Amino acid sequence: MTAVLQAENVVRRLAGEVPVTLIDGVSLTVERGQFVCIMGPSGSGKSSLLYLLGLLDVPSSGRVWLDGEDTSRYGEEELASRRLEKLGFVFQFHFLLPEFSVLDNVLLPMRRLGSLDEAECRARGAMLLEQLGIADQAAKKPHQLSGGQRQRVAIARALANDPLVVLADEPTGNLDSASSAVVQQILRDLAHKKGQTVVAVTHDANFAAAADQRIDIVDGKIREAAGSAAGAGE
Amino acid sequence: MSIQLEVAVAHLVNRKRSTLVSLSGVVLGVAFFLAVSSLMRGSEKDFIRRLIDNSPHITVYDEYRSPRPQPAALRWKSGAVEISNVKPQAETRGIRGYRQSLEFVESLPGVRAAPVLAGSAVLAFAGQEEGVSLSGVVPAKMKTVSTIEEKMVEGTLDDLTANPNGIIIGKGLADKFLLRIGSAVSVVATGGERTMKVVGIFRTGNASYDQDQTFVLLTRAQAMLDRPNRANRFVIQLADPYGARDIAKRIEDTIGYKSVSWSEASEDILSVLVIRNIIMYSVVSAILVVASFGIYNTLSTIVMEKTRDIAILKSMGFHARDIRTIFVAEGLIIGAIGSGAGLVLGAGLMKVLGLVAIKPPGVTEIVYLPIWWGPEQFALATGFALVSCVAAAYLPAQRGSRVHPVEILRGMG
Repeated sequence: MTAVLQAENVVRRLAGEVPVTLIDGVSLTVERGQFVCIMGPSGSGKSSLLYLLGLLDVPSSGRVWLDGEDTSRYGEEELASRRLEKLGFVFQFHFLLPEFSVLDNVLLPMRRLGSLDEAECRARGAMLLEQLGIADQAAKKPHQLSGGQRQRVAIARALANDPLVVLADEPTGNLDSASSAVVQQILRDLAHKKGQTVVAVTHDANFAAAADQRIDIVDGKIREAAGSAAGAGE
Repeated sequence: MSIQLEVAVAHLVNRKRSTLVSLSGVVLGVAFFLAVSSLMRGSEKDFIRRLIDNSPHITVYDEYRSPRPQPAALRWKSGAVEISNVKPQAETRGIRGYRQSLEFVESLPGVRAAPVLAGSAVLAFAGQEEGVSLSGVVPAKMKTVSTIEEKMVEGTLDDLTANPNGIIIGKGLADKFLLRIGSAVSVVATGGERTMKVVGIFRTGNASYDQDQTFVLLTRAQAMLDRPNRANRFVIQLADPYGARDIAKRIEDTIGYKSVSWSEASEDILSVLVIRNIIMYSVVSAILVVASFGIYNTLSTIVMEKTRDIAILKSMGFHARDIRTIFVAEGLIIGAIGSGAGLVLGAGLMKVLGLVAIKPPGVTEIVYLPIWWGPEQFALATGFALVSCVAAAYLPAQRGSRVHPVEILRGMG
């Protein structure tokens, strides 16, 4: 197995009158094809850690390696390019563009990347929607869909550019239990059946039970016992 | 269509009402810009045309701009030559060898010229006297360079050729002295007194001209003013009046006499027109500046409303410049559609304005508002609209491009 994502003693502080340390010296490794869950109480810094791993935020110190590249030397534009090519995001809120149809939302990252022509983009978009069981919703606008369906569209969008890693920030946090189960199943299947690397932040212990690696964050630090237990389970 | 442009269009379509409001601002701005500037430029052109039509394009006078250098100064160019008590040579005034000079002037392409001998005379009739300026002309040549023939109310210039003792006077003088065609008047000038017959009456509308100006045959004027074989003025018309300055310089350089083009003679008026244009363009541009505030307002609102969308686009991997492109494109779209519709509306307004007939007091003919359909006006209106739209879009676009996804995502969580 090869490491696709690595954090090396990552610290994230917010400056201000009262400086806040969100992440305090976290090191971790995500291997290709792994399903990793980040758990922890509210405000523990798990989302902040995900933003750092997802190159949305930059560490105050320490380094994040993506696909063997040290990302600390990159500027904002280069980080954006890495996100476009190598990462996919699913957030608690679906964040679909309301003016665009379901299919067009999925096409957005592909068209920005521009490595496929229009017809190939559409074919791939349709294929992703098919995989996620929402092919019949392709022409609808996001507001015509249920919460669970929207989150599936968001997952399809995250997969659009065939990313190395899908990062999910409490993807079921805003869904009812039935929809949650479906979305969780999709993410687990992505990891276990398709070999897609998935890093998910979650509250849900059942969801986390299926993880290859479980990272418990408390006060911005990895709780050692859980981390080693997950390591042992590998 | 690029994805940035598609997002831009989606934003505008989704906010139809405020888009339409901003759009109508640009449409009206461009239309008024066009209508007002074409009217102002039209009246300017009309004014210049009248100026050109009613005055000679170039007048050559029998004088020099600077005195001729003294032979001593020519002989010792680098020497400090001081010649005191220099007095001009006494000579009959007028253009020396005017026929040769005239031949040269007429040989220039697109040039028509007529010799004139102008002087003063006193006209006496029934015990009344009036000082007038007497112009000796060659009717056949004068007709080609002057509009006087069109202004004749009775008789023609050619009547001077038919009756060498004839005189053409203005309507003002005719009314004052109760003169009619065929009336005999006494004309006194340096060369003596002579009785002449009125053979024509003109009316230009310029009261002092109509009262002071008289025309006689050139040879007659030469005799009356005691300047045989002289002309003291060339009146020149050009095929291209706007080349007057260059041709005047060429004539002056060759024959030496002072040649004044219409643009030199009317420099003060032309500079007033330039100032008038500057004022006019500032005012009509202000309309577009005001319209651009509407765009600024609309786009600022869109940026604020779409912060979440911007955050997700950036997290997806859209660059800051993509976001900027999206919003600048929105400004540009409003500008392009707005100026397109504005040009159509403006052209319609120009058409309507061009149909407005006015009858200035004291003038019999109906005149229409002068509209100038110059393509520059259209280009200028479009260009200015696009520039102000992009400028108005730039600030919101810049703000949008600076949205930091993490700040927005944290706020949502």
